[in-house]
Amino acid sequence: MAVLSTASPPAAPPRRKRHRPRERWTPYLLLAPAGLLLTIFLIYPIGSVVYYSLYKYNVTKPWDNGFVGLENYRTMLSDDLFWQSLLFTGQWVVVEVSLQLVFGLALALVINETFVGRAISRALVFSPWAVSGVLTTTIWLLIYNPTTGFGRYLADAGIGEYGTSLLTEPGSAFWAAVLAELWRGVPFFAILILADLQSISGDLYEAAEVDGAGRFRRFWSITLPHLRAAIILSTLLRAVWEFNNVDLLYTLTGGGPGNATMTLPLYVARKAVDAKEFGYGSALTMAAFVILAVCSITYLWLARAGKEAQ
Amino acid sequence: MKRRLTGSAAARQAPRWAIYVPLGAYLLFTLVPFYWILLFAFRKSGSTALVPWPLTLEHFSTVWNGAGFGVFFKNSVIIAVLTVLLTTVIALAGGYALARFRFRGKGAIMILMLCTQFVPGAMMLIPLFDIFRTTHLINTLWSIVVADAVFHLPLSIILMAGFIRNIPIELEEASWVDGCGRFRGFRMTVMPLLRPGVVAISSFAFISSWNNFLFALMFLNSQDQFTIPVGLSYMLGEYSVDFGALAAGGVVAVVPVVLVFAYVQRFLVQGLSAGGVKG
Repeated sequence: MAVLSTASPPAAPPRRKRHRPRERWTPYLLLAPAGLLLTIFLIYPIGSVVYYSLYKYNVTKPWDNGFVGLENYRTMLSDDLFWQSLLFTGQWVVVEVSLQLVFGLALALVINETFVGRAISRALVFSPWAVSGVLTTTIWLLIYNPTTGFGRYLADAGIGEYGTSLLTEPGSAFWAAVLAELWRGVPFFAILILADLQSISGDLYEAAEVDGAGRFRRFWSITLPHLRAAIILSTLLRAVWEFNNVDLLYTLTGGGPGNATMTLPLYVARKAVDAKEFGYGSALTMAAFVILAVCSITYLWLARAGKEAQ
Repeated sequence: MKRRLTGSAAARQAPRWAIYVPLGAYLLFTLVPFYWILLFAFRKSGSTALVPWPLTLEHFSTVWNGAGFGVFFKNSVIIAVLTVLLTTVIALAGGYALARFRFRGKGAIMILMLCTQFVPGAMMLIPLFDIFRTTHLINTLWSIVVADAVFHLPLSIILMAGFIRNIPIELEEASWVDGCGRFRGFRMTVMPLLRPGVVAISSFAFISSWNNFLFALMFLNSQDQFTIPVGLSYMLGEYSVDFGALAAGGVVAVVPVVLVFAYVQRFLVQGLSAGGVKG
Protein backbone atom coordinates (compact mmCIF):
# COMPACT_ATOMS: atom_id res chain seq x y z
CA MET A 1 0.00 0.00 0.00
CA ALA A 2 2.72 2.40 1.04
CA VAL A 3 4.79 1.53 -1.96
CA LEU A 4 1.91 2.14 -4.28
CA SER A 5 1.04 5.52 -2.81
CA THR A 6 4.59 6.81 -3.08
CA ALA A 7 4.69 5.70 -6.67
CA SER A 8 1.47 7.31 -7.79
CA PRO A 9 1.53 11.00 -6.72
CA PRO A 10 3.81 12.30 -9.48
CA ALA A 11 1.46 10.91 -12.11
CA ALA A 12 -0.69 13.91 -12.86
CA PRO A 13 -4.40 13.27 -13.48
CA PRO A 14 -4.76 12.31 -17.14
CA ARG A 15 -7.03 15.30 -17.66
CA ARG A 16 -3.89 17.46 -17.72
CA LYS A 17 -2.93 15.88 -21.01
CA ARG A 18 -5.42 18.13 -22.70
CA HIS A 19 -3.17 21.08 -22.02
CA ARG A 20 0.09 19.70 -23.29
CA PRO A 21 1.87 22.79 -24.61
CA ARG A 22 2.58 21.33 -28.04
CA GLU A 23 -1.17 20.98 -28.47
CA ARG A 24 -1.85 24.66 -28.01
CA TRP A 25 -2.41 25.14 -31.71
CA THR A 26 -4.29 21.89 -32.35
CA PRO A 27 -7.82 23.26 -31.83
CA TYR A 28 -7.11 26.17 -34.14
CA LEU A 29 -5.72 23.83 -36.80
CA LEU A 30 -8.79 21.62 -36.51
CA LEU A 31 -11.09 24.59 -36.87
CA ALA A 32 -9.06 26.15 -39.69
CA PRO A 33 -10.86 24.52 -42.65
CA ALA A 34 -14.24 25.52 -41.27
CA GLY A 35 -12.99 29.00 -40.43
CA LEU A 36 -11.50 29.48 -43.87
CA LEU A 37 -14.64 28.40 -45.72
CA LEU A 38 -16.93 30.40 -43.45
CA THR A 39 -14.79 33.53 -43.79
CA ILE A 40 -14.62 33.42 -47.57
CA PHE A 41 -18.15 32.28 -48.33
CA LEU A 42 -20.21 33.59 -45.42
CA ILE A 43 -18.59 36.43 -43.48
CA TYR A 44 -17.00 38.23 -46.42
CA PRO A 45 -20.25 38.03 -48.45
CA ILE A 46 -22.22 39.54 -45.56
CA GLY A 47 -19.76 42.43 -45.52
CA SER A 48 -20.03 42.85 -49.25
CA VAL A 49 -23.82 43.05 -49.01
CA VAL A 50 -23.38 46.18 -46.89
CA TYR A 51 -21.05 47.53 -49.59
CA TYR A 52 -23.33 46.68 -52.53
CA SER A 53 -26.31 48.23 -50.80
CA LEU A 54 -24.63 51.63 -51.27
CA TYR A 55 -24.23 51.07 -55.00
CA LYS A 56 -26.41 50.97 -58.03
CA TYR A 57 -25.48 47.55 -59.30
CA ASN A 58 -27.26 45.65 -62.03
CA VAL A 59 -25.25 43.05 -63.93
CA THR A 60 -27.43 43.43 -66.99
CA LYS A 61 -26.92 47.21 -67.12
CA PRO A 62 -23.22 47.72 -66.31
CA TRP A 63 -23.11 51.23 -67.83
CA ASP A 64 -25.45 52.49 -65.14
CA ASN A 65 -23.59 51.16 -62.08
CA GLY A 66 -21.93 53.33 -59.46
CA PHE A 67 -21.88 54.64 -55.93
CA VAL A 68 -25.20 56.14 -54.88
CA GLY A 69 -24.85 56.45 -51.10
CA LEU A 70 -28.10 55.87 -49.23
CA GLU A 71 -30.21 56.15 -52.38
CA ASN A 72 -31.23 52.45 -52.27
CA TYR A 73 -32.42 52.78 -48.69
CA ARG A 74 -34.40 55.90 -49.54
CA THR A 75 -36.02 54.05 -52.45
CA MET A 76 -36.82 51.21 -50.10
CA LEU A 77 -38.59 53.41 -47.53
CA SER A 78 -40.90 54.77 -50.21
CA ASP A 79 -41.40 51.35 -51.85
CA ASP A 80 -44.95 50.20 -51.11
CA LEU A 81 -44.07 46.62 -51.93
CA PHE A 82 -41.33 46.66 -49.27
CA TRP A 83 -43.80 47.62 -46.53
CA GLN A 84 -46.44 45.29 -47.86
CA SER A 85 -44.04 42.35 -48.01
CA LEU A 86 -42.76 43.14 -44.53
CA LEU A 87 -46.29 43.06 -43.16
CA PHE A 88 -47.03 39.84 -44.98
CA THR A 89 -43.81 38.26 -43.69
CA GLY A 90 -44.94 38.94 -40.12
CA GLN A 91 -48.36 37.49 -40.80
CA TRP A 92 -46.89 34.43 -42.52
CA VAL A 93 -44.38 33.68 -39.74
CA VAL A 94 -46.87 34.14 -36.88
CA VAL A 95 -49.62 32.04 -38.50
CA GLU A 96 -47.26 29.28 -39.63
CA VAL A 97 -45.27 28.96 -36.42
CA SER A 98 -48.26 29.02 -34.08
CA LEU A 99 -50.27 26.50 -36.12
CA GLN A 100 -47.24 24.24 -36.53
CA LEU A 101 -46.55 24.43 -32.79
CA VAL A 102 -50.12 23.56 -31.78
CA PHE A 103 -50.41 20.64 -34.18
CA GLY A 104 -46.83 19.51 -33.57
CA LEU A 105 -47.35 19.48 -29.81
CA ALA A 106 -50.61 17.56 -30.11
CA LEU A 107 -49.02 15.09 -32.50
CA ALA A 108 -46.02 14.57 -30.23
CA LEU A 109 -48.28 13.91 -27.23
CA VAL A 110 -50.33 11.34 -29.17
CA ILE A 111 -47.33 9.59 -30.63
CA ASN A 112 -45.55 9.46 -27.28
CA GLU A 113 -48.21 7.06 -25.96
CA THR A 114 -47.71 3.30 -26.22
CA PHE A 115 -49.94 1.73 -28.86
CA VAL A 116 -49.90 -0.85 -31.61
CA GLY A 117 -48.35 0.48 -34.82
CA ARG A 118 -46.46 3.30 -33.15
CA ALA A 119 -43.15 2.87 -34.97
CA ILE A 120 -44.68 2.87 -38.43
CA SER A 121 -47.07 5.75 -37.74
CA ARG A 122 -44.17 7.76 -36.38
CA ALA A 123 -42.12 7.23 -39.52
CA LEU A 124 -45.11 8.11 -41.70
CA VAL A 125 -46.17 11.32 -39.95
CA PHE A 126 -42.57 12.56 -39.76
CA SER A 127 -41.84 11.92 -43.42
CA PRO A 128 -42.96 15.28 -44.94
CA TRP A 129 -40.15 16.90 -42.90
CA ALA A 130 -37.66 15.58 -45.49
CA VAL A 131 -39.62 16.87 -48.49
CA SER A 132 -38.29 19.96 -50.26
CA GLY A 133 -40.20 23.17 -50.81
CA VAL A 134 -40.29 22.68 -54.56
CA LEU A 135 -41.60 19.15 -54.19
CA THR A 136 -44.22 20.36 -51.69
CA THR A 137 -45.32 22.83 -54.33
CA THR A 138 -45.48 20.07 -56.95
CA ILE A 139 -47.65 17.93 -54.71
CA TRP A 140 -50.01 20.68 -53.55
CA LEU A 141 -50.28 22.20 -56.99
CA LEU A 142 -51.69 18.89 -58.19
CA ILE A 143 -54.20 19.13 -55.34
CA TYR A 144 -55.15 22.79 -55.92
CA ASN A 145 -55.15 22.80 -59.71
CA PRO A 146 -58.66 22.97 -61.20
CA THR A 147 -58.06 20.13 -63.67
CA THR A 148 -56.10 17.72 -61.46
CA GLY A 149 -57.13 18.72 -57.97
CA PHE A 150 -59.74 17.83 -55.39
CA GLY A 151 -61.94 20.64 -56.68
CA ARG A 152 -62.74 18.70 -59.83
CA TYR A 153 -63.73 15.56 -57.94
CA LEU A 154 -65.80 17.59 -55.49
CA ALA A 155 -67.53 19.27 -58.44
CA ASP A 156 -68.20 15.81 -59.91
CA ALA A 157 -69.94 15.02 -56.63
CA GLY A 158 -71.96 18.23 -56.86
CA ILE A 159 -69.97 20.33 -54.36
CA GLY A 160 -68.60 23.64 -55.63
CA GLU A 161 -67.92 24.61 -59.23
CA TYR A 162 -65.56 23.42 -61.91
CA GLY A 163 -62.50 25.43 -62.80
CA THR A 164 -61.94 27.22 -59.48
CA SER A 165 -58.46 27.39 -58.02
CA LEU A 166 -57.62 28.43 -54.49
CA LEU A 167 -54.44 30.05 -55.76
CA THR A 168 -56.07 32.79 -57.85
CA GLU A 169 -57.78 34.73 -55.04
CA PRO A 170 -55.51 36.62 -52.60
CA GLY A 171 -57.32 35.42 -49.47
CA SER A 172 -57.61 31.77 -50.40
CA ALA A 173 -54.09 31.75 -51.87
CA PHE A 174 -52.77 32.68 -48.44
CA TRP A 175 -54.55 29.81 -46.71
CA ALA A 176 -53.66 27.40 -49.52
CA ALA A 177 -49.99 28.25 -49.02
CA VAL A 178 -50.37 28.02 -45.22
CA LEU A 179 -51.85 24.53 -45.50
CA ALA A 180 -49.10 23.28 -47.82
CA GLU A 181 -46.37 24.67 -45.56
CA LEU A 182 -48.14 23.25 -42.51
CA TRP A 183 -48.03 19.82 -44.11
CA ARG A 184 -44.25 19.76 -44.13
CA GLY A 185 -43.71 21.99 -41.06
CA VAL A 186 -45.63 20.16 -38.32
CA PRO A 187 -43.19 17.19 -38.25
CA PHE A 188 -40.33 19.53 -37.27
CA PHE A 189 -42.11 20.47 -34.02
CA ALA A 190 -43.36 16.95 -33.46
CA ILE A 191 -39.81 15.56 -33.70
CA LEU A 192 -38.23 18.15 -31.39
CA ILE A 193 -41.03 18.05 -28.82
CA LEU A 194 -41.18 14.25 -28.85
CA ALA A 195 -37.43 14.13 -28.15
CA ASP A 196 -37.98 16.37 -25.16
CA LEU A 197 -41.08 14.50 -23.94
CA GLN A 198 -39.04 11.32 -23.74
CA SER A 199 -36.66 12.92 -21.29
CA ILE A 200 -39.42 13.45 -18.68
CA SER A 201 -39.08 10.91 -15.90
CA GLY A 202 -42.09 8.63 -15.47
CA ASP A 203 -41.69 8.98 -11.68
CA LEU A 204 -42.94 12.55 -11.85
CA TYR A 205 -46.23 11.43 -13.35
CA GLU A 206 -46.56 8.61 -10.85
CA ALA A 207 -46.01 11.01 -7.96
CA ALA A 208 -48.57 13.44 -9.40
CA GLU A 209 -51.02 10.62 -9.78
CA VAL A 210 -50.57 9.57 -6.16
CA ASP A 211 -51.37 13.17 -5.28
CA GLY A 212 -54.60 12.83 -7.25
CA ALA A 213 -53.71 14.99 -10.24
CA GLY A 214 -55.87 14.35 -13.30
CA ARG A 215 -54.72 13.99 -16.88
CA PHE A 216 -55.09 17.67 -17.72
CA ARG A 217 -53.50 18.78 -14.46
CA ARG A 218 -50.49 16.52 -15.12
CA PHE A 219 -50.08 17.99 -18.58
CA TRP A 220 -50.34 21.55 -17.27
CA SER A 221 -48.07 21.18 -14.24
CA ILE A 222 -45.46 18.66 -15.40
CA THR A 223 -45.37 18.34 -19.17
CA LEU A 224 -45.69 21.97 -20.23
CA PRO A 225 -43.12 23.44 -17.79
CA HIS A 226 -40.69 20.71 -18.79
CA LEU A 227 -41.20 21.49 -22.50
CA ARG A 228 -40.77 25.24 -21.98
CA ALA A 229 -37.15 25.48 -23.09
CA ALA A 230 -37.70 23.17 -26.05
CA ILE A 231 -40.74 25.17 -27.16
CA ILE A 232 -38.90 28.48 -26.95
CA LEU A 233 -35.95 27.11 -28.90
CA SER A 234 -37.99 25.33 -31.55
CA THR A 235 -40.37 28.25 -32.16
CA LEU A 236 -37.42 30.61 -32.57
CA LEU A 237 -35.58 28.26 -34.95
CA ARG A 238 -38.75 27.72 -36.93
CA ALA A 239 -39.68 31.40 -37.05
CA VAL A 240 -36.24 32.22 -38.45
CA TRP A 241 -36.59 29.38 -40.92
CA GLU A 242 -40.08 30.39 -42.03
CA PHE A 243 -38.91 33.98 -42.38
CA ASN A 244 -35.94 33.02 -44.54
CA ASN A 245 -37.19 30.10 -46.56
CA VAL A 246 -38.63 31.11 -49.89
CA ASP A 247 -38.68 27.83 -51.87
CA LEU A 248 -42.35 27.07 -51.36
CA LEU A 249 -43.79 30.53 -51.96
CA TYR A 250 -41.40 31.17 -54.85
CA THR A 251 -42.71 28.16 -56.71
CA LEU A 252 -46.30 27.87 -55.43
CA THR A 253 -47.54 31.45 -55.70
CA GLY A 254 -44.44 33.35 -56.85
CA GLY A 255 -45.57 36.03 -54.40
CA GLY A 256 -48.90 36.39 -56.17
CA PRO A 257 -51.67 36.84 -56.91
CA GLY A 258 -50.82 40.52 -57.22
CA ASN A 259 -47.98 40.35 -54.66
CA ALA A 260 -50.45 39.20 -51.99
CA THR A 261 -48.11 36.46 -50.74
CA MET A 262 -44.78 38.26 -51.20
CA THR A 263 -42.48 37.89 -48.20
CA LEU A 264 -39.47 40.16 -47.81
CA PRO A 265 -36.86 37.45 -48.54
CA LEU A 266 -38.96 36.37 -51.51
CA TYR A 267 -38.90 39.95 -52.75
CA VAL A 268 -35.09 39.88 -52.36
CA ALA A 269 -34.89 36.61 -54.26
CA ARG A 270 -37.03 37.94 -57.09
CA LYS A 271 -34.92 41.10 -57.30
CA ALA A 272 -31.71 39.04 -57.31
CA VAL A 273 -32.67 36.07 -59.48
CA ASP A 274 -35.16 37.58 -61.91
CA ALA A 275 -34.32 41.29 -62.09
CA LYS A 276 -30.58 41.08 -61.28
CA GLU A 277 -31.01 44.30 -59.29
CA PHE A 278 -28.08 43.58 -56.96
CA GLY A 279 -27.77 47.02 -55.36
CA TYR A 280 -31.39 47.43 -54.36
CA GLY A 281 -31.64 43.72 -53.51
CA SER A 282 -28.72 44.14 -51.09
CA ALA A 283 -30.44 47.05 -49.36
CA LEU A 284 -33.61 44.94 -48.96
CA THR A 285 -31.46 42.10 -47.65
CA MET A 286 -29.87 44.34 -45.04
CA ALA A 287 -33.33 45.38 -43.87
CA ALA A 288 -34.46 41.74 -43.66
CA PHE A 289 -31.36 40.77 -41.71
CA VAL A 290 -31.61 43.61 -39.20
CA ILE A 291 -35.34 43.11 -38.66
CA LEU A 292 -34.86 39.37 -38.13
CA ALA A 293 -32.00 39.91 -35.67
CA VAL A 294 -33.97 42.51 -33.66
CA CYS A 295 -37.06 40.29 -33.53
CA SER A 296 -35.05 37.23 -32.46
CA ILE A 297 -33.24 39.09 -29.69
CA THR A 298 -36.52 40.62 -28.45
CA TYR A 299 -38.15 37.20 -28.45
CA LEU A 300 -35.33 35.62 -26.44
CA TRP A 301 -35.33 38.56 -24.03
CA LEU A 302 -39.10 38.30 -23.53
CA ALA A 303 -38.81 34.55 -22.99
CA ARG A 304 -36.16 35.10 -20.33
CA ALA A 305 -38.11 37.90 -18.68
CA GLY A 306 -41.14 35.59 -18.64
CA LYS A 307 -39.11 32.92 -16.89
CA GLU A 308 -37.83 35.30 -14.22
CA ALA A 309 -41.36 36.56 -13.58
CA GLN A 310 -42.55 33.05 -12.73
CA MET B 1 -41.09 -1.23 -21.25
CA LYS B 2 -40.98 -1.12 -17.49
CA ARG B 3 -43.69 1.52 -17.44
CA ARG B 4 -46.14 -0.81 -19.06
CA LEU B 5 -45.77 -3.34 -16.23
CA THR B 6 -46.54 -1.06 -13.30
CA GLY B 7 -50.19 -0.99 -12.30
CA SER B 8 -50.64 2.76 -12.23
CA ALA B 9 -49.13 3.09 -15.70
CA ALA B 10 -52.08 1.24 -17.17
CA ALA B 11 -54.40 3.83 -15.67
CA ARG B 12 -52.19 6.55 -17.10
CA GLN B 13 -52.67 5.24 -20.61
CA ALA B 14 -54.94 7.37 -22.73
CA PRO B 15 -58.10 5.65 -23.95
CA ARG B 16 -57.60 3.95 -27.32
CA TRP B 17 -59.90 6.27 -29.28
CA ALA B 18 -58.05 9.34 -27.99
CA ILE B 19 -54.97 7.99 -29.75
CA TYR B 20 -56.34 6.43 -32.92
CA VAL B 21 -58.86 9.11 -33.92
CA PRO B 22 -56.47 12.11 -34.00
CA LEU B 23 -53.66 9.93 -35.29
CA GLY B 24 -55.82 8.56 -38.08
CA ALA B 25 -56.94 12.05 -39.06
CA TYR B 26 -53.37 13.29 -39.12
CA LEU B 27 -52.16 10.27 -41.09
CA LEU B 28 -54.81 11.08 -43.72
CA PHE B 29 -53.55 14.67 -43.94
CA THR B 30 -49.98 13.40 -44.35
CA LEU B 31 -50.59 10.54 -46.73
CA VAL B 32 -53.31 11.77 -49.09
CA PRO B 33 -50.94 14.33 -50.75
CA PHE B 34 -48.35 11.58 -51.23
CA TYR B 35 -51.03 9.36 -52.70
CA TRP B 36 -52.15 12.13 -55.03
CA ILE B 37 -48.72 12.51 -56.62
CA LEU B 38 -48.29 8.73 -56.93
CA LEU B 39 -51.72 8.57 -58.56
CA PHE B 40 -50.78 11.04 -61.28
CA ALA B 41 -47.32 9.56 -61.76
CA PHE B 42 -48.59 6.02 -62.42
CA ARG B 43 -51.98 6.71 -64.05
CA LYS B 44 -52.49 6.83 -67.81
CA SER B 45 -52.91 10.32 -69.26
CA GLY B 46 -56.55 11.28 -69.64
CA SER B 47 -57.82 8.86 -67.03
CA THR B 48 -59.80 10.26 -64.10
CA ALA B 49 -59.91 7.11 -62.00
CA LEU B 50 -58.96 7.46 -58.34
CA VAL B 51 -56.69 4.43 -58.50
CA PRO B 52 -53.67 4.29 -60.84
CA TRP B 53 -54.89 1.23 -62.68
CA PRO B 54 -53.85 0.09 -65.23
CA LEU B 55 -50.37 1.16 -64.13
CA THR B 56 -48.18 2.93 -66.63
CA LEU B 57 -44.53 3.91 -66.57
CA GLU B 58 -44.76 6.19 -69.63
CA HIS B 59 -44.57 9.36 -67.50
CA PHE B 60 -41.31 8.18 -65.98
CA SER B 61 -39.71 7.59 -69.35
CA THR B 62 -41.02 10.99 -70.53
CA VAL B 63 -39.53 12.81 -67.59
CA TRP B 64 -36.30 10.81 -67.34
CA ASN B 65 -35.36 11.01 -71.03
CA GLY B 66 -37.50 13.78 -72.52
CA ALA B 67 -37.39 16.34 -69.73
CA GLY B 68 -33.77 15.56 -68.80
CA PHE B 69 -34.37 14.25 -65.28
CA GLY B 70 -31.76 11.56 -65.88
CA VAL B 71 -29.12 14.30 -66.09
CA PHE B 72 -30.66 16.32 -63.23
CA PHE B 73 -30.66 13.23 -61.06
CA LYS B 74 -26.97 12.60 -61.76
CA ASN B 75 -26.14 16.25 -60.95
CA SER B 76 -28.14 16.16 -57.72
CA VAL B 77 -26.38 12.96 -56.63
CA ILE B 78 -22.90 14.37 -57.36
CA ILE B 79 -23.67 17.58 -55.46
CA ALA B 80 -25.23 15.78 -52.50
CA VAL B 81 -22.40 13.27 -52.13
CA LEU B 82 -19.66 15.91 -52.33
CA THR B 83 -21.55 18.19 -49.92
CA VAL B 84 -22.02 15.38 -47.41
CA LEU B 85 -18.32 14.43 -47.53
CA LEU B 86 -17.13 18.02 -47.20
CA THR B 87 -19.56 18.87 -44.40
CA THR B 88 -18.97 15.71 -42.39
CA VAL B 89 -15.17 15.77 -42.51
CA ILE B 90 -14.91 19.45 -41.62
CA ALA B 91 -17.58 19.13 -38.92
CA LEU B 92 -15.71 16.18 -37.38
CA ALA B 93 -12.53 18.24 -37.07
CA GLY B 94 -14.29 21.39 -35.86
CA GLY B 95 -16.66 19.56 -33.54
CA TYR B 96 -13.76 17.68 -31.97
CA ALA B 97 -11.89 20.92 -31.33
CA LEU B 98 -14.92 22.49 -29.65
CA ALA B 99 -15.73 19.38 -27.61
CA ARG B 100 -12.29 18.39 -26.38
CA PHE B 101 -10.16 21.51 -26.08
CA ARG B 102 -10.28 24.63 -24.02
CA PHE B 103 -8.81 27.53 -25.92
CA ARG B 104 -8.95 31.27 -26.26
CA GLY B 105 -11.84 32.49 -28.37
CA LYS B 106 -13.92 29.33 -28.07
CA GLY B 107 -16.96 31.12 -26.65
CA ALA B 108 -16.81 33.75 -29.37
CA ILE B 109 -16.58 31.07 -32.07
CA MET B 110 -19.64 29.26 -30.67
CA ILE B 111 -21.67 32.49 -30.59
CA LEU B 112 -20.55 33.45 -34.08
CA MET B 113 -21.63 30.07 -35.41
CA LEU B 114 -25.02 30.33 -33.75
CA CYS B 115 -25.44 33.80 -35.26
CA THR B 116 -24.87 32.48 -38.78
CA GLN B 117 -28.12 30.54 -38.39
CA PHE B 118 -29.96 33.83 -38.72
CA VAL B 119 -28.48 34.72 -42.09
CA PRO B 120 -31.17 34.53 -44.77
CA GLY B 121 -30.23 32.29 -47.69
CA ALA B 122 -31.56 34.98 -50.00
CA MET B 123 -28.99 37.34 -48.51
CA MET B 124 -26.13 35.20 -49.80
CA LEU B 125 -27.43 35.02 -53.37
CA ILE B 126 -25.96 38.29 -54.57
CA PRO B 127 -22.47 38.22 -52.98
CA LEU B 128 -21.96 34.51 -53.69
CA PHE B 129 -23.00 35.02 -57.30
CA ASP B 130 -20.27 37.65 -57.56
CA ILE B 131 -17.64 35.47 -55.90
CA PHE B 132 -18.43 32.49 -58.09
CA ARG B 133 -18.43 34.64 -61.20
CA THR B 134 -14.97 36.03 -60.51
CA THR B 135 -13.61 32.57 -59.63
CA HIS B 136 -15.30 31.03 -62.70
CA LEU B 137 -17.23 28.59 -60.55
CA ILE B 138 -20.55 29.94 -61.75
CA ASN B 139 -22.63 27.36 -63.58
CA THR B 140 -20.54 24.51 -62.15
CA LEU B 141 -21.70 21.95 -59.63
CA TRP B 142 -18.87 23.08 -57.31
CA SER B 143 -20.57 26.40 -56.67
CA ILE B 144 -23.56 24.58 -55.22
CA VAL B 145 -21.39 22.17 -53.21
CA VAL B 146 -19.47 25.01 -51.59
CA ALA B 147 -22.54 27.18 -50.95
CA ASP B 148 -24.52 24.27 -49.49
CA ALA B 149 -21.66 23.03 -47.34
CA VAL B 150 -20.85 26.46 -45.95
CA PHE B 151 -24.46 27.17 -45.17
CA HIS B 152 -24.82 23.88 -43.38
CA LEU B 153 -21.45 23.80 -41.60
CA PRO B 154 -22.11 25.84 -38.44
CA LEU B 155 -25.07 23.74 -37.32
CA SER B 156 -23.22 20.51 -38.21
CA ILE B 157 -20.21 21.57 -36.13
CA ILE B 158 -22.37 22.50 -33.14
CA LEU B 159 -24.29 19.20 -33.34
CA MET B 160 -21.09 17.19 -33.83
CA ALA B 161 -19.50 18.84 -30.78
CA GLY B 162 -22.58 17.77 -28.79
CA PHE B 163 -22.29 14.18 -29.96
CA ILE B 164 -18.55 14.04 -29.20
CA ARG B 165 -19.04 15.56 -25.75
CA ASN B 166 -21.42 12.69 -24.92
CA ILE B 167 -18.61 10.16 -25.40
CA PRO B 168 -16.55 9.81 -22.21
CA ILE B 169 -13.09 11.32 -22.60
CA GLU B 170 -11.66 8.56 -20.40
CA LEU B 171 -11.82 6.18 -23.36
CA GLU B 172 -9.54 8.42 -25.37
CA GLU B 173 -7.24 9.01 -22.42
CA ALA B 174 -6.82 5.28 -22.02
CA SER B 175 -5.74 5.03 -25.65
CA TRP B 176 -3.17 7.82 -25.16
CA VAL B 177 -1.71 5.92 -22.20
CA ASP B 178 -1.40 2.98 -24.58
CA GLY B 179 0.70 5.16 -26.84
CA CYS B 180 -1.83 6.36 -29.38
CA GLY B 181 -1.67 9.90 -30.70
CA ARG B 182 -4.70 12.18 -30.89
CA PHE B 183 -5.73 11.04 -34.35
CA ARG B 184 -5.24 7.33 -33.82
CA GLY B 185 -6.89 7.46 -30.41
CA PHE B 186 -9.86 9.27 -31.92
CA ARG B 187 -10.17 6.76 -34.73
CA MET B 188 -9.94 3.75 -32.42
CA THR B 189 -12.11 4.86 -29.49
CA VAL B 190 -14.40 7.75 -30.48
CA MET B 191 -15.20 6.97 -34.10
CA PRO B 192 -16.97 3.64 -33.46
CA LEU B 193 -19.21 5.24 -30.82
CA LEU B 194 -19.82 8.31 -32.93
CA ARG B 195 -21.51 6.40 -35.74
CA PRO B 196 -25.09 7.47 -34.91
CA GLY B 197 -23.99 11.09 -34.71
CA VAL B 198 -22.14 10.94 -38.00
CA VAL B 199 -25.09 9.20 -39.64
CA ALA B 200 -27.49 11.86 -38.34
CA ILE B 201 -25.33 14.81 -39.39
CA SER B 202 -24.48 13.47 -42.82
CA SER B 203 -28.14 12.64 -43.42
CA PHE B 204 -29.20 16.17 -42.50
CA ALA B 205 -26.57 17.43 -44.93
CA PHE B 206 -27.78 15.05 -47.61
CA ILE B 207 -31.42 16.01 -47.25
CA SER B 208 -30.79 19.75 -47.20
CA SER B 209 -28.41 19.52 -50.14
CA TRP B 210 -30.78 17.33 -52.15
CA ASN B 211 -33.60 19.78 -51.47
CA ASN B 212 -31.68 23.01 -52.02
CA PHE B 213 -33.36 25.17 -54.59
CA LEU B 214 -32.44 28.83 -54.39
CA PHE B 215 -28.66 28.52 -54.82
CA ALA B 216 -29.06 26.08 -57.70
CA LEU B 217 -31.62 28.34 -59.36
CA MET B 218 -29.29 31.33 -59.12
CA PHE B 219 -25.89 29.77 -59.85
CA LEU B 220 -26.72 27.19 -62.52
CA ASN B 221 -27.97 28.45 -65.86
CA SER B 222 -27.43 25.72 -68.42
CA GLN B 223 -29.78 22.80 -68.51
CA ASP B 224 -27.05 20.14 -68.36
CA GLN B 225 -26.07 21.47 -64.90
CA PHE B 226 -29.58 21.66 -63.40
CA THR B 227 -30.50 19.80 -60.25
CA ILE B 228 -33.83 18.09 -59.64
CA PRO B 229 -35.51 20.95 -57.73
CA VAL B 230 -34.56 23.40 -60.49
CA GLY B 231 -35.80 21.00 -63.15
CA LEU B 232 -39.08 20.62 -61.27
CA SER B 233 -39.48 24.37 -60.88
CA TYR B 234 -39.09 24.89 -64.63
CA MET B 235 -41.72 22.24 -65.29
CA LEU B 236 -44.03 24.01 -62.84
CA GLY B 237 -43.52 27.26 -64.71
CA GLU B 238 -44.41 25.87 -68.12
CA TYR B 239 -47.51 27.24 -69.79
CA SER B 240 -49.15 23.88 -70.39
CA VAL B 241 -47.98 21.49 -67.73
CA ASP B 242 -47.86 17.76 -68.45
CA PHE B 243 -49.17 16.72 -65.03
CA GLY B 244 -48.26 13.06 -65.40
CA ALA B 245 -44.65 13.90 -66.18
CA LEU B 246 -44.57 16.51 -63.41
CA ALA B 247 -45.82 13.96 -60.87
CA ALA B 248 -43.31 11.39 -62.11
CA GLY B 249 -40.55 14.01 -61.71
CA GLY B 250 -41.76 14.60 -58.16
CA VAL B 251 -41.60 10.89 -57.40
CA VAL B 252 -38.04 10.74 -58.76
CA ALA B 253 -37.19 13.67 -56.47
CA VAL B 254 -38.71 12.14 -53.36
CA VAL B 255 -37.38 8.58 -53.49
CA PRO B 256 -33.79 9.24 -52.30
CA VAL B 257 -34.83 11.46 -49.38
CA VAL B 258 -37.48 9.01 -48.29
CA LEU B 259 -34.93 6.18 -48.28
CA VAL B 260 -32.42 8.22 -46.28
CA PHE B 261 -35.16 9.44 -43.97
CA ALA B 262 -36.52 5.95 -43.33
CA TYR B 263 -33.02 4.94 -42.26
CA VAL B 264 -32.30 7.91 -39.97
CA GLN B 265 -35.65 8.66 -38.44
CA ARG B 266 -34.96 6.16 -35.65
CA PHE B 267 -31.82 8.10 -34.71
CA LEU B 268 -33.53 11.44 -35.10
CA VAL B 269 -35.53 11.49 -31.88
CA GLN B 270 -32.95 9.52 -29.88
CA GLY B 271 -30.08 11.69 -31.08
CA LEU B 272 -31.91 14.87 -30.20
CA SER B 273 -33.02 13.68 -26.78
CA ALA B 274 -29.49 12.48 -26.02
CA GLY B 275 -28.57 16.14 -25.96
CA GLY B 276 -27.46 16.65 -29.50
CA VAL B 277 -29.30 19.96 -29.60
CA LYS B 278 -28.89 21.14 -26.08
CA GLY B 279 -25.26 19.98 -25.70
